[in-house]
This record gives sequence, structure tokens and C-alpha cells, in this order.
Amino acid sequence: MNQLILIFVLLLLSLAAYQMGRRRAYGLVDGQLRKLHSLPVYYGLYAAMWCLLPALLVLIAWTAFDGAIISHLVVGQLPESLHGADAGSINLLLNDIRNVRMGLVPPESADPVVVAAAQHWDHLQRIGYAALAVVVLILAVLGAIFTLTRIHPQQRARNAVERLVLVMMMAAASVAVLTTVGIVLSVLFESILFFRLVPVTEFLFGTSWSPQMAMRADQVGSSGAFGAVPIFVGTALISAIAMVVAVPIGLLSAIYLSEYAAPAFRSVAKPLLEVLAGIPTVVYGVFAVLVVAPAIRSWGMSLGLDVASESALAAGLVMGVMIIPFVSSLSDDVINAVPQSLRDGAYALGATPSETTRKVVLPAALPGIVGSIMLAISRAIGETMIVVMAAGLSANLSFNPLESVTTVTVQIVTLLTGDQEFDSPKTLAAFALGLLLFLVTLGLNVIALRVVNKYREQYE
Amino acid sequence: METSMNETQQQAKETVFRAPDRGDLQATATVDREVRRTVGEARVADPRIRCNDINVYYGTAQAIKNVNLDVGRNEVLAMIGPSGCGKSTFLRCLNRMNDTIDGCRVTGDILLDERNINAKEIDVVPLRAQVGMVFQKPNPFPKSIWENVAFGPRIHGLARSRAQLDEVVESSLRRAGLWDEVKDRLDKPGTGLSGGQQQRLCIARTIAVQPEVILMDEPCSALDPISTAKIEELIDELRQQFSICIVTHSMQQAARVSQRTAYFHLGDLIEVGNTEQIFTNPNHKLTEDYITGRFG
Repeated sequence: MNQLILIFVLLLLSLAAYQMGRRRAYGLVDGQLRKLHSLPVYYGLYAAMWCLLPALLVLIAWTAFDGAIISHLVVGQLPESLHGADAGSINLLLNDIRNVRMGLVPPESADPVVVAAAQHWDHLQRIGYAALAVVVLILAVLGAIFTLTRIHPQQRARNAVERLVLVMMMAAASVAVLTTVGIVLSVLFESILFFRLVPVTEFLFGTSWSPQMAMRADQVGSSGAFGAVPIFVGTALISAIAMVVAVPIGLLSAIYLSEYAAPAFRSVAKPLLEVLAGIPTVVYGVFAVLVVAPAIRSWGMSLGLDVASESALAAGLVMGVMIIPFVSSLSDDVINAVPQSLRDGAYALGATPSETTRKVVLPAALPGIVGSIMLAISRAIGETMIVVMAAGLSANLSFNPLESVTTVTVQIVTLLTGDQEFDSPKTLAAFALGLLLFLVTLGLNVIALRVVNKYREQYE
Repeated sequence: METSMNETQQQAKETVFRAPDRGDLQATATVDREVRRTVGEARVADPRIRCNDINVYYGTAQAIKNVNLDVGRNEVLAMIGPSGCGKSTFLRCLNRMNDTIDGCRVTGDILLDERNINAKEIDVVPLRAQVGMVFQKPNPFPKSIWENVAFGPRIHGLARSRAQLDEVVESSLRRAGLWDEVKDRLDKPGTGLSGGQQQRLCIARTIAVQPEVILMDEPCSALDPISTAKIEELIDELRQQFSICIVTHSMQQAARVSQRTAYFHLGDLIEVGNTEQIFTNPNHKLTEDYITGRFG
């Protein structure tokens, strides 16, 4: 709360610094802007920047470390009898102190040592806040005065401001990269914990998946089996079914829309097709469970086939429909990007529209088409909701689309929902699955890039 | 028939000869329909292509107005005129490339060897094999040089075997004057050649399907002078076998490569005749103004 007020005051100060910097730059040259190195706005921004940033950095640093500093000071002030206590009891004590401070435990019912420590803590924190406010405000005012008094016409204010903007852009760009690295590292460390309990070879090559573990020593039967092959086969099976649906339909519709359809039809049909991508996957899941799966089952029964009620076929078909717009919309864009001059060249040689499409346009658009298919495969492998609802939980090692299979994402969901212990192989297995899934999609992308680079037909 | 046409042309000539007397460009701008009647010999004996009353409309705008023009056998016909005068549009009528443009409508008869190619029942696919086209910007397919040249013969089934295809590719590249430059790298992409080589590759690709007429839409406008000279030399050689129609912005080029020249102005065919005569002694005021550089 205090910090919020402080930030608000800082913003007001920097706004004032901005105005003053601008006016001062303007006044220095009597309004003859030609004599200034930069526009007055940049002098204002420069002053505001020096007013705001150092103060803000101190504020952030304090907010990050004040808890640690104060608890260290409080522990140092504890009575002699408690010195040398182990970390666990200190932690318990700190917990008690926090409870007293928060009012969770009435002071009269608590240990007087704890109450004293809590009061000490509050006292330190008040001093800390006051000191922080003073330091931050002085920094802000000093920064503003320092820059405002030094404004002169030759100062390169624009360059300084633009450098700051550049730094901010770099920071923004690195957020995504750092997040990815962070996710991968956290998954990696948990996976290493898992592989200490279960050998890597068993995980990669084992053909039996049954993650139930005995919770107590006297339980029998459930020793857990962590062979990931069945669930990766299940994932591959469902994804393959989805791609068999999505790639031909998506590609053909893209070719129709971009090469044959009248512009009026295209302008209506393309957005409609993209609506498919906007339907929540849980709705697809409902559709798969309540409509498609029973239909396949009754169709199979009429042919005398034994179809599981949660068949891979149902999940795969519905997932394929979901993915169609990814293939068609992206492919349509890349096909449209093929220059008209190539089509004209083919037509002028007497090629028919279909020959032009097959032999000139599609090869030229191939990299983009492969890219869209790769994106669709990644979506299929990573898709969760449809398979959670429509595919089964049983890890059958089967290539039969009429049987029930399970996927990596379904297993991760089931392993991590509900109450968990974070040191049991059952929970850690989810991270290992996630890591393997990440590596598989990464590998697919690398292969696709190679393929594209090898077969691409470069037009300009 | 022949005499009556000559008479009308004679009248037109007289009208035109009065126009310069009235003087300035103001008069040319307000010149009336009579003055816009084609001057010169639009017809030749035994034409390869004969165009009768061609009109082209883009939506409601008329791009070509009542053009009558013949293309002779083994001749290069140059089409010149200021930008937007319709010369490219007219060229694209000759192999029905205007079909690919939405809202474009062509009326009139275009007789290729006395067969009307503008008729509804004509299939454009064999027609375009008969009347090839080279574009302003070189547009080789993003395939190998060999594939580029073999593309046409393949889709038309002109070669039975790979060996025959190899032969067609080699002879086309030789005739396009490109063989010696690319014979060691036929499997390299055609897009990797220089601009002039790419344009000659496009010409080789066109002659590989053995057309009768080759249409060229400003084939040298994106090329350097040396490449241009090579292509012009090539055009002169190709004339032995093909009829060639070339649209160009360069009057020097028209004078160098063509036997007959047609001057277009705002969708009208103003004057057509022997190239030498057009450039030395134009009969129409508009033609004279254009070739002497008073506008365009």
C-alpha cells in the first residue's frame, strides 16, 4: 500500500520534471528550435527518466529484500537462549511471529518473546518504510535537479532517450525467451528427480504404464510402472488420425479459396472457416463424447466390429476438424503470397489452372504449407481438452483406432489433478512426460525446417 | 472492299493533315473521332493474325476501341505508345491472357490462321501453346533451368522420353542463345541467373512448346543495355520461324527490331505501317508528336 502511494508520488514528480525540462529547453533558445540538438520533448523525457528510474530501482530492490533483512534483524535480537537454534525451529518461530503480527493469534495467548519480536518487527518495518520514502524521494528530486540544471542546447537528449527505449524493447523481447528457458529448466530439474527414482531406459522403452504407487508400506499390488511407450503411441495415433482429417481438407479448401473461388465467396468463406478455430476446445470435447463417439460405436456394431466407447477414432476425428482452420488459413495466406507473375507464366505456356496450381503454385508455396502442417501437428500433440474428454485413460499399447488409448496430455492432467506429493514418482512422472513431449515437438520442428530448406523453391 | 478502305484512309489522312495546321497540342487533345481513325496499312497479305473490331472493356471503362490490325508471317510488329494507351491490353488479347483478369471483356474477331480464337468454344490451353508470351519482368519458375524449359513440353506431352525432353531443352536453350552459358548448370535454379539470362530462359521456355506467334510485353524494360542487345539480336533470329509482337516503351528498340510499327493512343490504334516510314515520315500528328518526344 505504502509502495503504491510512493510510486504515485514518483510519477507526479517525473511528470513535473518532464514539463520543466521541456520548458527549460524551449526557454534556453528563445523558441528557436533549430538551435536545439533535440526536440524539447526529449529534454523533458530525459529529465523525467532520470527522476523516475533510479528511484524506482531502489524501490523495487527494497521491496524484494526487505523481508529477508528484517527477519535477519529480528532473529539477531532474539533472547540469548534461542541463539544457535536450528533452522527448523527458527522458521517455526518466524511463523509464530507472523501469525501474531497478522492478528491470527491474539497477543495475550502467545509467548511473550514472540510478542516482543512481533512488535520489534513492526517497528523495524515502519522505520524501513520511512527511510525508503525519504531515500526514494530524495533520489527522484536529485535526479530531476541534476538533469534540469545541466540542460544545454548541444545536449544529446534524443539519443539518450532512444537508448532507453532500445533497452526497454530488448527487455520486452527477452521476457518470452527467459520464460521459455525458465519453463524448460524447471521441467528439466523435476525430470531429473524423476529419473533418479525410475531409470531413463525404463521410462523411454517400457511398454507398460500404470503410475499408481503404494502410499503405505503395507499396500500391495501397486508398485507403479512408468513405461512411456503406450502413451506416446496413443498420442501419435490420435494425432495421425487428426492429421489425416485436417491436412487434405485444409489444403484442398485453401487451394479452392485462393485459386478458384470468386472473391465474394472467399471473403465470406474464409472468416467462417476461421470461426472453427474460435470454438473452445471443451465444446469440441462435448461434441466428440456425445455425438461422434456414440455414432462411431453404433456404426461399428452394425458392421460387427468391437468399438470402445472412448475410441481413438472419435477423438482424432474431432481434433482433425478443430485443426482444419490452422492448415487452411495459413496455407491460403502462403498460396496467395505466390507472385501472380508465376501463374501468368504458366498460363502463357498453356498450362491449365490445375497444372498451374500443382506444378507451379504449390511447389513455390511449399515451405509455408509445411509450416502450417507442422503448426497443426504441434497443436494436435499438445491438444488436451478433447482427448481428456473423448479419449480414454487406459494406456493400451495399440495401433487400432477403434480401441481406447490415452495421450501424454491426458496423463499429465490426471497425474497432476487432486492432492499431490511432490516427491513421489507418480507426480514427477508428469514432468518427465512434459519434457519428452517438448523434445518430440522440438525435434519435429527441426526436421520440418530441414525439409523446407531442402525442397523450397525460392522465388525472389 | 480493299478500295473502299483505302478511300476512308485517304479521307482520314486529309483530316489529319489539317490538324497540324490548327497548330498546338490543344488541338490534339480535343481531336475528334474522325481524326482517331487508323492511318496506314493495318492489313497485310496472308496474315498470321487478323484482328477485326477489337474492343476491350475493364468493367465499364473501355481500354481498346475498335482496333483492326494484322500480324504478318515472319515479321516483328512493334507496338508503341504512351503509358496506359492499351498496347499491353491489346497484346494480351492475342493469347486470351485477359481471361485471367476479373471483369475484363473482349469483343471482336481475332483470326489466327483464319480461326477465330476469341470465340467461346475455343479452348485457351492449346491456343496459348500456339501463341506464347514473354513478360515484362522475367518470371522463371522457382525450379531448375532444365525444369523451366521442360515445363511446357511436359504439360503438352510433346516429348515421349527423357532423352527427347533433353533434346527439346537443349535446342530451345540454343535458339535462345543461352545454352553455352547454362549447359553446365541445368540443375541449378533458374531464379539464380542474371536478369538478362532469366529473360532469355523465359524465351527458351516459350519456344520449347513450338508456338507460331510470340508475344513480348516490354521484354527488355528490366534489363541492362548489354542484355537488351542480346535479346534484340535473338528477336531478329526468331523472326525466321515465328511471328513476333513486341510492346515496347523504347522507340529506338522498336526501330531496331521491327518491320512494322503500330502506334496506340488512349485505346485507339492511331497509325500503323512500315517501321522506317513511321519513324521517318509519320502521317499522323499524334504519331509525330510522340516519336519526336513532345509527349509520352
